[in-house]
Amino acid sequence: MAWETVIGLEIHAQLATKSKIFSGASIAYGAEPNTQACVVDLALPGVLPVLNKRALEMAVKFGLAIGADVPRVSIFARKNYFYPDLPQGYQISQFDLPVVGKGYLDIPLESGGTKRVGVTRAHLEQDAGKSLHEDFQGLTGIDLNRAGTPLLEIVSEPEISNAKEAVAYMKKIHALVQYLQICDGNMQEGSFRCDANVSVRPVGQKEFGTRAEVKNLNSFRFVEKAINHEVERQIDLIESGQKIVQETRLYDPDKNETRSMRSKEEANDYRYFPCPDLLPVIVSDELKEQIRADLPELPEAKCQRFIDELGLSEKDALGLSAQRDIAEYFEVVAEGSGEVKLSANWVMGELSASLNREDIAVADCPVSAELLAGLVQRIADKTISGKIAKGIFTAMWDGGGDADSIIESKGLKQITDTGAITAMVAEVIANNPSQAEQYRAGKEQLIGFFVGQVMKASKGKANPAQVNQELVKLLKA
Amino acid sequence: MSLSADEVKKIAYLARISIKEENIHAYAENLSGILDLVAQMDAVNTDNVKPMAHPQEMIQRLREDKVTEVNQREQFQRNAPATEVGLYLVPKVIE
Repeated sequence: MAWETVIGLEIHAQLATKSKIFSGASIAYGAEPNTQACVVDLALPGVLPVLNKRALEMAVKFGLAIGADVPRVSIFARKNYFYPDLPQGYQISQFDLPVVGKGYLDIPLESGGTKRVGVTRAHLEQDAGKSLHEDFQGLTGIDLNRAGTPLLEIVSEPEISNAKEAVAYMKKIHALVQYLQICDGNMQEGSFRCDANVSVRPVGQKEFGTRAEVKNLNSFRFVEKAINHEVERQIDLIESGQKIVQETRLYDPDKNETRSMRSKEEANDYRYFPCPDLLPVIVSDELKEQIRADLPELPEAKCQRFIDELGLSEKDALGLSAQRDIAEYFEVVAEGSGEVKLSANWVMGELSASLNREDIAVADCPVSAELLAGLVQRIADKTISGKIAKGIFTAMWDGGGDADSIIESKGLKQITDTGAITAMVAEVIANNPSQAEQYRAGKEQLIGFFVGQVMKASKGKANPAQVNQELVKLLKA
Repeated sequence: MSLSADEVKKIAYLARISIKEENIHAYAENLSGILDLVAQMDAVNTDNVKPMAHPQEMIQRLREDKVTEVNQREQFQRNAPATEVGLYLVPKVIE
């Protein structure tokens, strides 16, 4: 039987505020346990939550960026469950009237073209604390620093058809929240997490199959592997005559399998009701228009502009516009050097490779965009060859200053003087008489050997095109 | 409306309240009484009434995104039955 997969994603993006969603405690990552958990986060009696204005604005920003309805009134609700890392005994979330209504995203397909995926809603909520299950005298340790951290939960429509599309959708949201500067997107630190609702049904069937919710998907690779695994598991079960149980399953990346979290099953009754501690939240038209006016150029618009105005290929434009900091860096390099294509190659090549290798962000890159622009200019005006430029780039990375001073101090200027090149070529030919003889006898592939010798003699500084030209001329003479 | 013994048990479990078997019948009666009282409102015509999120006709005030709290861990943890390396300790929650 042919099967069809239906996937819906719930993405939790941690909002890049300074303080918590309902209290004035810091949300900075990596602090000593419980040093950023105040009376409100600990839910001591008599405390009242007060909504963080910035968190609300960030949610509205996201809504406007996905073309969603952002209603004037939204309300907070209590989601009731007991867990030791949730001191209130309920999570303050949103249920009936979320801050962001229906919107959409267009995701790129592997086969080319795009697919529109609906976003059902996005709502504000507070994060829980962290449970540490290492052995503390047979007890569990609780760190409440994360309790009350603002989250935006982004819920997709069940319109995603396979693991690849799920990854494309997730990447799109990941890039978007970073463009909007509402989330740092750091998946290792848990600032961007994903749960997947997965079900299968025979092709052609209208009703959805029973779904399982797969949790703990904190990388793009895991999302793809976990979904593929879960789809296979469900098909195997159905084909062997068994039934899918609606449940929450945890993905284990070490074993590449999902397993049931039985403990959660029986208590899945959250009894949502409006939170009496919080009044209805109003997003005025003025606030909405102000946020709309401040929206940055979004990835798709930037990509299109790179193609239309800078003349980049679609592939280059897509690659460069995916991350806002890379895109902005590229624009400075291209403008500073006046060389669009060469700048694109360097930003996506040497620069990205170095950033990846050293695992640092563009903001911390030791080679500024202005420095790289200077280097690109020297390649373009043929002062140096591309090969020499790589060495200079490394020197700049290590704090060697700008391209011109490195070229100057290391004497790396490309030799384009015909007289000098002719002299070197003549010398190399004189030193290799038997190869010259063979070349003249028709073994023309030996030209590579001669070019190599001349380049070596010039310490890589001779202009390769001119060397080639001179060699042919002198050898055939 | 009359709650069953199983429903009473479920409600108690969700609230993490331990109840005695011999009291379940009384709880069922009392809780059913409350539900009946509330159910009387079904008789009111609410066609033109907007759902109410909060009884007060006010809107939520917002706070500026500023860190205003300082670390008071030591003081808070004096209330806790058990702590270690800054963590609150609770009975093991993973099976």
